[in-house]
Amino acid sequence: MAAYRCSSPVWLFILCSFSVFIIAGSEETPVAQEQHANVPDNPQTAAETAEQTEKETGGAEERRWEGTEVRDAATQKQAEPVVLQSTPRPKDDFQEELVVRPLHSGDIYASFQFRTLWETDFMRGNKVSHYRLFPKSLGQVISKFSVRELHISFTQGYWRTMQWGQPYLPSPPGAELWVWFQDSVTDVDATWKELTNVLSGIFCASLNFIDSTNTVQPSASFKPLGIGNVTDHRFLRYATLPREIVCTENLTPWKKLLPCGSKAGLAVLLKSEKLFHSSFHSQAVHIRPVCQDWQCKTTSWELRQTLNVVFDLHNSGQGKREWSLFKMFSRTLTEACPLASSSKIYIDITDNPEGEHFELSPATSLLSQAMVLGDRRTFSVYDLTQQDTFGSVRSLNLLIRWKSTEGDMLRPLLHAERYVAGYGLQTGEIHTLMYNNHPYRSFPVLLLDSVPWYLRLYIHTLTVTSKGKDNKPSYIHYQPSKDRVRPHLLEMLVQLPPNSVTEVTVQFERALLKWTEYTPDPNHGFYVGSSVISSLVPSTVAMDTNSTQERPLFSSFFPCKEESSYFVRVYTEPLLVNLPTPDFSMPYNVICLTCTVVAVGYGSLYNLLTRSFQIEEPSPGLAKRIANVIRKMRGVPPL
Amino acid sequence: MEGFFFIHLIVYHVFQSGLPGFLTPSGLHFPPCPSQGGQRFLVEMAAPLTLLLILAVTIRAALFRSNLAELIAERVEVVSPITAWKRVVEGLALLDLGVSPYSGDVFHETPLIIYLFHFVVDYAEITFMLADVITAVALYMAVKDYNKQVFRKQKFALEADRYPLDCLELIRSPKEMYYIPLKVAMFYLLNPFTILSCVAKSTCGLNNAVVALFILSTIKGNALLSAIFLCLATYQSIYPLTLCAPAMLYLMQRQYIPVNFRRASFWWFIAQYLFMYLGSLFVLICLSFFLLGSWDYMPSVYGFILSVPDLTPNIGLFWYFFAEMFEHFRLFFLCVFQINVFFYTIPLSVKLKEHPVFLIFMQLAVISIFKSYPTVGDIALYMAFLPVWSHLHRFLRNIFLVSCVLLACSTLFPVLWHLWIYAGSANSNFYYAITLLFNVAQILLVSDYFYAFLRREHHLTYGLYLKRKDGSEATLVLK
Repeated sequence: MAAYRCSSPVWLFILCSFSVFIIAGSEETPVAQEQHANVPDNPQTAAETAEQTEKETGGAEERRWEGTEVRDAATQKQAEPVVLQSTPRPKDDFQEELVVRPLHSGDIYASFQFRTLWETDFMRGNKVSHYRLFPKSLGQVISKFSVRELHISFTQGYWRTMQWGQPYLPSPPGAELWVWFQDSVTDVDATWKELTNVLSGIFCASLNFIDSTNTVQPSASFKPLGIGNVTDHRFLRYATLPREIVCTENLTPWKKLLPCGSKAGLAVLLKSEKLFHSSFHSQAVHIRPVCQDWQCKTTSWELRQTLNVVFDLHNSGQGKREWSLFKMFSRTLTEACPLASSSKIYIDITDNPEGEHFELSPATSLLSQAMVLGDRRTFSVYDLTQQDTFGSVRSLNLLIRWKSTEGDMLRPLLHAERYVAGYGLQTGEIHTLMYNNHPYRSFPVLLLDSVPWYLRLYIHTLTVTSKGKDNKPSYIHYQPSKDRVRPHLLEMLVQLPPNSVTEVTVQFERALLKWTEYTPDPNHGFYVGSSVISSLVPSTVAMDTNSTQERPLFSSFFPCKEESSYFVRVYTEPLLVNLPTPDFSMPYNVICLTCTVVAVGYGSLYNLLTRSFQIEEPSPGLAKRIANVIRKMRGVPPL
Repeated sequence: MEGFFFIHLIVYHVFQSGLPGFLTPSGLHFPPCPSQGGQRFLVEMAAPLTLLLILAVTIRAALFRSNLAELIAERVEVVSPITAWKRVVEGLALLDLGVSPYSGDVFHETPLIIYLFHFVVDYAEITFMLADVITAVALYMAVKDYNKQVFRKQKFALEADRYPLDCLELIRSPKEMYYIPLKVAMFYLLNPFTILSCVAKSTCGLNNAVVALFILSTIKGNALLSAIFLCLATYQSIYPLTLCAPAMLYLMQRQYIPVNFRRASFWWFIAQYLFMYLGSLFVLICLSFFLLGSWDYMPSVYGFILSVPDLTPNIGLFWYFFAEMFEHFRLFFLCVFQINVFFYTIPLSVKLKEHPVFLIFMQLAVISIFKSYPTVGDIALYMAFLPVWSHLHRFLRNIFLVSCVLLACSTLFPVLWHLWIYAGSANSNFYYAITLLFNVAQILLVSDYFYAFLRREHHLTYGLYLKRKDGSEATLVLK
């Protein structure tokens, strides 16, 4: 055990550093701005740099990625610093982009990202009072509560990993909030309580229901994504509200944080009547400190607002596999946000290199390639800052028309599901299934479970089995619950064997609560937040070692480190668990009846204790008593 | 099994009360004190007791091996949040994980129990069977000793002509008393409640063993051991604290110290006993502290017993009452209900100061009815004393009714639990109603025995066949 404990921090550190690295990389930001000096960035730049040289659309059939990739990366790497240093850089910067990925199920995944960078220091003594692009409400939150990192997401619907693949930014159903505080905060719990209440007001959500009963301090699963190597999880708070329902009132305040609001740029598309008519909707805000330059001499704050939505085209498209911006959002684009330094739309055309699956119009001249989630993806790029993107009609309405429905998706290497087993309202068993679909590599995953106190977990019943064999976790961090105070926290590091299902089961007991502790609809059940599975998954690029024909031979012998694995966070379904309920109409009756029984006990003992046995004198009859009364009045001795 | 027990109980009572005390003149010639023939007595009684023990152990071993054991261990009537074996195992698992078992709200047993099972967890079944055997043997020996004293006292009273002449049929004969210790052991060991409790590995069995050893050492007159075992029992579940009073009364009676507040010897004895009791309690508490290195266990064990945060249904009165309680009255009713358990000690001690063993019985019954997390194991302990009071049966008023209600409730518990929790066709009120009825029946049983005891004492002073002034037959009433 001790040996495992020693090795686990190493793992955690690796996970942590990779999470910084991969999340940063997956969003196609210039690596130079984000990486630490100590992270080797050469091979990665090649893979991740977004910008590609322009090409004529007519030359699409002669795309040769092998050649251009290396050269472009090299040219860009020389070009960029020059640009950065020659012009006086503004202190803040705003970028917006939309990624559209046609899914194999026929659905469409649209992912918006808005990034505001600001080179300032909220923590310094003098107050930051002049805000330009950065929203003032969030800036004040950061400085008042000494927030180091803040991640909040509101999600409606469940991401179906097996049908849709991995999302760019995973989030659990309901609301999720995790915050790293500065280590100068003394009373973290009080600050956290206040922060949730403030955020509740800002986002118009019931985050004020976050209290100690649903807050945990994960020891390993959530590491800072920005700079700073703080790993003392005393300054971390994590909470989910799986029951939170996301709707228009959450979208409006979220849009107001954008520099252009919903007046211009990509945010014009965010109309709630369409966004919430979808299979999946998730909006998030991520705030973190990042490096401003390559050497990380200055730091700046990054605000990333993301919105992911999956449209069910079978539903909304009347069975016709064809969609356009107008069909999805009932708007078209006419301009970029004037404040944005970059404004782009990416369409994932990886599965459609020759245009055999769908047809894209208007055609684009820009192409881009990036490593996303361990896979090399190709995108068509529409740069909204260029006027010619909008063509003669001065409006951009992207259209994809499907030609065939074939094509199979690469199965996600890691996915998970969870359910409650057992019947009746006394006990139950939580089953978490984790699938490793990699054909020959095993990898470790960190499983985080936060279970409310009213499901009393029995940790001695915890079993982890893969392929029918016991799979002992190498690290277990368990914090038992306290009734009405804090939830259970279970974190463990499990090695998933290749091509296997690992099942984690743990038994629980359902508690009977006080009648005032039930929700207004107690027989609907109680939600248990999603399990969080964090892992470094072997890359799919590294997986196909045989398909070397598309790559130069010199690049494919040793699997390169950065490509060999990538960070993934997977959320399982939240659980809905029924608890036994008392009869809510009965409080008076119960109080009366129980008190009666106690009184029966008290009375009968009191009776025996205070009275003594006496011979019963028969009471005289009524006539005799009346006669006696009369005699008494007459002054005659009674009968 | 339960049915058998209660039918046995009913038949036993009917049989006993149906037979008038057939006291023949020869019955007045008591045989010499049994202690003289102690050797013979021991040999004669050892064989049936051994047989009984073997039978009891066999039943338990068989049930442990059957698949019923798992089912029984989940029953809320048999295990409470404090005594559940599952929670003890959880506590051990937490210790193994390096987490304090008291940091969560699953484990509520005392540190000594967890350290006991840290070593004997593999022999848990044997431990629990052994605990039952110890309880039975201790009760057997205690009752035997007690009967000897009762007999001796009765003899002195007879010799002093203290009993009215028509009370001769109330005098107890050694023949009747001969099998009482064996019956006590049998009532404990073969009581389905005890068997269920043992098979569920409820730590209640261990508490019962400690209480039984306390009773034994008290009756044997060993003040030090009595104080130590009482302290252990208190340490386990607070409530046996009230047994302090009967223990002191009994020991004083034995040492011929008058219960008189103006006598120095009385206060000296009280001081001695309390010193031993509190001293050993102090040692135990400090020992627990050093075992775990923290005071966590105090709120987790005693705070848990007193503030009743876990509302898991059981056979007691607390769970539904506090689940349905209005929030601002909670503390008030909590205090009322908890004081209720301790409150009866003083008046009962005053009333029964001449009869401390009956007082012990009453206290045990009151505790098991009104405690916050009762289980059937607690009931089994005081029910084991019923044969000791077999001479009261002619004065019991509603034993048939009470037995029937107890029997019916015991069968209805699992039925209504199933309807509520599994079938979903009943709700919590059904189960609650049965707990109410069960507790009313227990209260009636106990108060009936109390009534019968007081009435017999009254008859022994004033004669059995009381006459009115006009010479007609009188009836006794409480006034």
